Amino acid sequence: MKKVYVKEEVCVGCRLCEVYCITSHSKYKDVLKAYKLETQRPTPRIVIEENKPVSFSLQCRHCDDAPCVKSCITGAMQKDPLTGVVTCDTDKCVGCWTCVLVCEFGAIIRDVNNKVASKCDLCAEAGEPACVKNCPNEALVYSEGGISV
Amino acid sequence: MRIVIIGNSVAMVGAVEAIRKYDTSSEIVVISDETYHVYSRPLISYYLGNLVSEDKMIYREKDFYRKNKVETVFGIKAISIDERKKEVYLEKGDSISFDKLLIATGGKPIIPPVEGLNKKNVHTFIKMDDAKKLKEAAKPGSKAVIVGGGLIGFKAAEGLHHLGVDVTIVELADRILSTILDAEGASLVSQSLQNDGIKIITGTTVDKIIGDEYVKGVLLKNGQELEADNLIIAIGVVPNVDVVKNTSISINRGILVDNTMKTSVEDVYAAGDVAEGYDMLVESNRVVPIWPNAYMQGEIAGLNMIGINKSFKGIFPMNSIGYKNTNMITAGITNPQQEEFEIISKIDHNRKYYKKFVVKENRLVGFILINDIDRAGLFTGFIKNETDITPFKKYLLNDDFGFIYLPKKLRKAKMLDLEVV
Repeated sequence: MKKVYVKEEVCVGCRLCEVYCITSHSKYKDVLKAYKLETQRPTPRIVIEENKPVSFSLQCRHCDDAPCVKSCITGAMQKDPLTGVVTCDTDKCVGCWTCVLVCEFGAIIRDVNNKVASKCDLCAEAGEPACVKNCPNEALVYSEGGISV
Repeated sequence: MRIVIIGNSVAMVGAVEAIRKYDTSSEIVVISDETYHVYSRPLISYYLGNLVSEDKMIYREKDFYRKNKVETVFGIKAISIDERKKEVYLEKGDSISFDKLLIATGGKPIIPPVEGLNKKNVHTFIKMDDAKKLKEAAKPGSKAVIVGGGLIGFKAAEGLHHLGVDVTIVELADRILSTILDAEGASLVSQSLQNDGIKIITGTTVDKIIGDEYVKGVLLKNGQELEADNLIIAIGVVPNVDVVKNTSISINRGILVDNTMKTSVEDVYAAGDVAEGYDMLVESNRVVPIWPNAYMQGEIAGLNMIGINKSFKGIFPMNSIGYKNTNMITAGITNPQQEEFEIISKIDHNRKYYKKFVVKENRLVGFILINDIDRAGLFTGFIKNETDITPFKKYLLNDDFGFIYLPKKLRKAKMLDLEVV
């Protein structure tokens, strides 16, 4: 399946991926409105790591054998059998953080305001991940089967 | 082919989902003494504390059995097995034959031999019916004594506290959660309970249950007497191996299984809290009664039952558990006493943060994270993959620890789906 991969050599650490991730999962889908108007800004669904000069962002790997799905105590975490996308049904999630315990990538973020797991859904609604679309240096790519470096 | 599964919880779901990925024709029959649609056992404390309603307890959608072509035999207990004739006998005299059998009967509560157990309002706390009975009996302002400060007692305490019950935990060890936490960790967590008025008495247990028809209190071994309207026995669980007694299926504490979840008898498998499989950290068989393990063991059993050979590398204990805003994630060996283990730890009393890593021969074998739990799975991964942590060991305690501290080659392999060379 298509996933988001990062070329750390060309990531400049601008954090625009995070800004657009938040925007993409906001009510208004607009940067200014998402940051200025929403009473509760959405939790980003990506992790950014930085230790200058290296930086990169990391999204859910949507693992074939996803341990978060198998370990979820409520059945909230699910893998779509057709698309392979792993999503969390926040109505069912109780914030037990078992997914945080088992995700080897540390890619599941705790939305502590709503006490639910927050994770990359590849911007299912928009069709293309917002982090990739808005990366100014094409450090993020959306591709099938890894990238060559 | 007919596959019979005894038990209707997560190990069953793991098996059914694995089987149906590849095999839509074999018959699957699930037998359970409970009558509920498959539900989440770990949610019973949330249900008790009114944090989750009963309809939200279901673990798989309502059409789970129909969609997966599973025949259900509910409300009837499987009482014995004839492994030679390949029959499971039910309590009302019927029997069901099988080609492959999965025993996923879970655990049952340990009941200590004390006087007065037959009084009303003495509870256990592992099933939905236990939670319903306790919720009905536990009135706001009433007093409850929980015997056992392990995972079950801890979550029962939280649920009861949410109901406005005055809770006292009595724990035989010197601290609560002694199987997953060390003294420092338990002390941090105890404070958050005590700040809410939950009382914790350690180093003793119940000697006698006081009352007439109903529980009125308990007398502890240390001579102390406590009033109680409800008494919850939460000492622990043991594998529920009743159904395999009088068979040739090998049992130690649980039903012994190999790395395909097969028991000592051909065509008979076991998974979940009833099974005793290989623990890769202690390097021997062990019962690890945790939810994720039950799913994964069920899955492996399911695949092998339909002839897909897949084996399990082994498991180790891991838990994510919390009390209100106090969260902890632990895995593996957390409190070793031997000198061969190296301990790397940091405690921050102001923020109530605690991190502890247990290292053996440059491999991470366990950790405790309290409150600072984000990205805990990175560490679980190092344990599971037996990663040599030498290059980044000195950074483990960093607040921003992540892939950035890993050698570039290892990091890229992990993040870019490349083969590790």
